[in-house]
Amino acid sequence: MPEISYLEAIRQALWQEMKRDERVFLLGEDIGRYGGAFGMTHGMLDEFGPERVRETPISEAAIVATAIGASLLGMRPVAELMFMDFVFLALDQIVNQAAKMHFMFGGRANVPIVIRMPGGSGAGAASQHSQSLESTLMHFPGLKVINPSTPYDAKGLMLAAIRDPNPVCFVEHKILYKTKGEVPEGDYTLPIGVAEIKRPGRDITVVANNIMVMKTLAVAERLAKDGIEVEVVDPRTLLPLDTETIIKSVARTGRLLVVHEACQTGGWAGEVIASVVGSPAFDYIDAPVRRLGGKDIPIPYNRGLEKFAIPQDFEIEEEIRAMVTGKR
Amino acid sequence: MSKDKKKGNDKDIGSREQFEEHVKRLKLSDDTLIGLYRTMCTVRHFEYMADKMYAAGKVHGTMHLSAGQEAVAAGISLAVHSDDYLINHHRGHGHFIAKGADINLMMAEFIGKDAGYNHGRGGSMHIADFQSNNLGANGIVGGGIPQAVGVGLALQMQKRKEICICIFGDGAANEGVFHEAMNMVALWKLPVLYICENNKYGMSMDVERATAKLPIAQRADAYGIPWACVDGNDVIEVYDAMKIAVDHVRSGTGPYFVEALTYRYFGHSKSDRNLYRPKEEIEDWKQNRDPIMRFTKHLLQSEIMDEGQAQEIDNQAEQVIVKAVEFAEASPEPDISTLLEYVYA
Ligand SMILES: Cc1ncc(C[n+]2csc(CCOP(=O)(O)OP(=O)(O)O)c2C)c(N)n1
Ligand SMILES: [Mg+2]
Repeated sequence: MPEISYLEAIRQALWQEMKRDERVFLLGEDIGRYGGAFGMTHGMLDEFGPERVRETPISEAAIVATAIGASLLGMRPVAELMFMDFVFLALDQIVNQAAKMHFMFGGRANVPIVIRMPGGSGAGAASQHSQSLESTLMHFPGLKVINPSTPYDAKGLMLAAIRDPNPVCFVEHKILYKTKGEVPEGDYTLPIGVAEIKRPGRDITVVANNIMVMKTLAVAERLAKDGIEVEVVDPRTLLPLDTETIIKSVARTGRLLVVHEACQTGGWAGEVIASVVGSPAFDYIDAPVRRLGGKDIPIPYNRGLEKFAIPQDFEIEEEIRAMVTGKR
Repeated sequence: MSKDKKKGNDKDIGSREQFEEHVKRLKLSDDTLIGLYRTMCTVRHFEYMADKMYAAGKVHGTMHLSAGQEAVAAGISLAVHSDDYLINHHRGHGHFIAKGADINLMMAEFIGKDAGYNHGRGGSMHIADFQSNNLGANGIVGGGIPQAVGVGLALQMQKRKEICICIFGDGAANEGVFHEAMNMVALWKLPVLYICENNKYGMSMDVERATAKLPIAQRADAYGIPWACVDGNDVIEVYDAMKIAVDHVRSGTGPYFVEALTYRYFGHSKSDRNLYRPKEEIEDWKQNRDPIMRFTKHLLQSEIMDEGQAQEIDNQAEQVIVKAVEFAEASPEPDISTLLEYVYA
């Protein structure tokens, strides 16, 4: 299988789906000649032309609303918000409109749109260009929220997202764009709402998303040398959330840690923990359930501060050791 | 009332007589003119130094440089009072410098140091100096435009003489809040001067591809706001328009809108290969329309300064920037123990 980057995997999905289905089109800022702020649509203008790679003025609310309107007539728009932080400018259209239309109109309207948005810190882009807002988006029934960690998941979930009849927020992580992994060249979809055990282990379940999956896997590798076996569960989709896979995992390991980059307070870890402690897995829990989220601060510009605003490898490692050994 | 000179494409700098007549009418002394030149040189050196530091790996984050647009910053700052309020956008170094910001503190912020204006929290895109009424740059395009309504409202409610200057780009004018703000500011006759710095592109998007009708300033008509559209690379023309606008706004009769046509030399931000504009276009603006070059020619031609002075002022401006870098580099990083500070007042 060819190794390609997370960014290329998503581009491949967009490209192939535009070839396969002429209803699919892209819209967003600087997605033409510039190829998108992160290069996602590089080469697509030449291939598909300006009508299907439609560059917009800087008007996020109208970008999403345009996607909604077009989808009502059977188009399959994929909108790009240059940075996830700008989702707030479009949130009325996403939440009050797209998410509720199918329901409000008694199941008669479909809004099959995908809204791509790169989130995350690590690029020195400061407080308004670095947020992880996936937890916020989980709060709105009618939306789906996808958050892949690997190139393989990214491609399969993007193809599934475009074909899904509902509005989907597709949350990418800008620091993952360059990470590589094996991705089949052909067409495949992954089911939305199904978690994956990225690494099996008997001692503790760590649930993590996007970049934290990578960090946790690296930590798990180190801990294995000391005889601590970490099970890493990647929900891949936050809404709907596959609590079943998580609950079964905790029932096996007896310990649960949730790690995410998003600010800890109000983060999706709370949702996972509530689901687990309220389930039959509660009887198997051997240690206090814990979460490790981003600090409750806006992302700072300064490199050192920015780094420590989100969970670091050593913090994840310390937390796991403490939970498994019972010693803090 | 509205005028559209559309001189942004005029390569001819105009005659000595025209220039002298213009500065006489505006009552600009030689010292003032030389001050404008110094300001523009300082901004230019700051931006080229910023680029150099980025290339040398000394800058962690993103930045938006305003080289090529110095006449707008200088022209505005001469027309306003130092205690007028400024709401800036992401490409804001020039406006801050021209308004008299401490360049050491700016440079320290630029490289994320604790001594910087924002204690290293904000970086290039968020520089603010509340002590001198610089209410900050913004990373959200258009984010400051409606806030200026509130600043104007407070000034009106507090019966104060200061005004609010709100600067944004051609791209920002396409955010919905632009229109909401224009309506409110006109409705309540607030003391706000909106300045659209049209540098021909919003990132890679040519203003002509992004805007249904030009000039952008004519949108003010829809709200009954007086407007002008000027050559933003002619510092005297910028000042002239800004002076009229500032006088209007300060008189309490309501807002004003000025669009300044200019051009940015560097890419949009750190990662930009300029694929969306021809090299010849960039070169043409640099060679034939550069605001500093044009103004220097006038000052020499009219014998307001000589070559030696021009060089000396430029060198001094460069030294200011070199010193600022020394200051910034010698300053400590924010301490990790302060990570959780400044979140709440
Ligand atoms: C709400 C929002 N949308 C998009 C961006 C990304 N972005 C930053 S600057 C910029 C272009 C702005 O163009 P303009 O207003 O003309 O200002 P200029 O950069 O040309 O000075 C874009 C698209 C952003 N920061 N905020
Ligand atoms: Mg612009």
